[in-house]
Amino acid sequence: MNKKLLFIPLIVFLGLVIAFMVQLQRNAQGDDPTSLESALIGKPVPKFKLESLDIPGKVYDQAALHDGKPMLLNVWATWCPTCYAEHQFLNKLSAQGIRVIGLNYKDERNKAIKWLNDLGNPYALSLYDNNGMLGLDLGVYGAPETFLIDGDGIVRYRHAGDLNDRIWEEEIKPLWIKYQGSGS
Amino acid sequence: MLKRISFILFGLMMTFVAHATIDTYNFKSVEEEQQFRELTGQLRCPKCQNNSIADSNAPIATDMREKVYELMEQGQSRQDIINYMVDRYGNFVTYEPPITPATIFLWLVPVLCVVIGAAAIVMLSRRRKVSDSGAGSESLSEQEKARLQQLLSDKTGAKGRKKS
Repeated sequence: MNKKLLFIPLIVFLGLVIAFMVQLQRNAQGDDPTSLESALIGKPVPKFKLESLDIPGKVYDQAALHDGKPMLLNVWATWCPTCYAEHQFLNKLSAQGIRVIGLNYKDERNKAIKWLNDLGNPYALSLYDNNGMLGLDLGVYGAPETFLIDGDGIVRYRHAGDLNDRIWEEEIKPLWIKYQGSGS
Repeated sequence: MLKRISFILFGLMMTFVAHATIDTYNFKSVEEEQQFRELTGQLRCPKCQNNSIADSNAPIATDMREKVYELMEQGQSRQDIINYMVDRYGNFVTYEPPITPATIFLWLVPVLCVVIGAAAIVMLSRRRKVSDSGAGSESLSEQEKARLQQLLSDKTGAKGRKKS
């Protein structure tokens, strides 16, 4: 029997160790292995007709997310603890002049309105997705999620999880600047 | 006694858990119900890694079951419904990834394993045949036979001595 063959299991094992170490290192730096790519990147925002969160009876459609300038669409709910953690950062963004549209996802209207009154309202516009069907069309699989929509109403980026300084600076801001210029 | 009661309570709890994902839908026929079960078993819940939407409690899985039912009621085919979900959640949502440059590896690995395994078996059996036939042709010379006989008798002799 060739003795060199006996080293194969050891080499395979070391290979696995290296692969796991690399991925664990990435996880430690904030890479989430459970996050999914959005199927919507490069596609227009799905059609919808939703009521405004704060003005019952006022209905918006997809044209509300398409006015020549980029915007963020933030999916949130009062039952979502991460949304609470993220809220102050959204306030900060909107104070900097970043347009954020809120999509209140599978929530109770009065709770959501109270939340905005208590914690501040970073949203230029608030949509109310009561049964989560726009969420389904957007491929939302948990709140919070944030989409970057360019001036032509095309989805350019999706982040699943909370927005924070790091994500904004590293991932979204460069895209924001890019689409700020190209929106026509 | 307390132990038994807690055991029974635990059992009851488990039955509640098991029933938690069953929604009430009215199916027109047994086939339709069957199709619903198949479809929800084939679609993967995007939130909970590697649960089908049939056995996940996540809110998104409930919504997706709802949607599957709705689309079935509209008379959409199995493939239409799967495509509908793939359009929204990407290929992750189906347990059968399509063949693309990125996934070709997934499809080829099992085939490669079978081919390599078969090749290994053929090679090993060939080698064994060669060595078997080699052993057959080499019979012991008279001298070797005598030596073997001597060794064997020595051994039995040694054993016998130990016993006594």
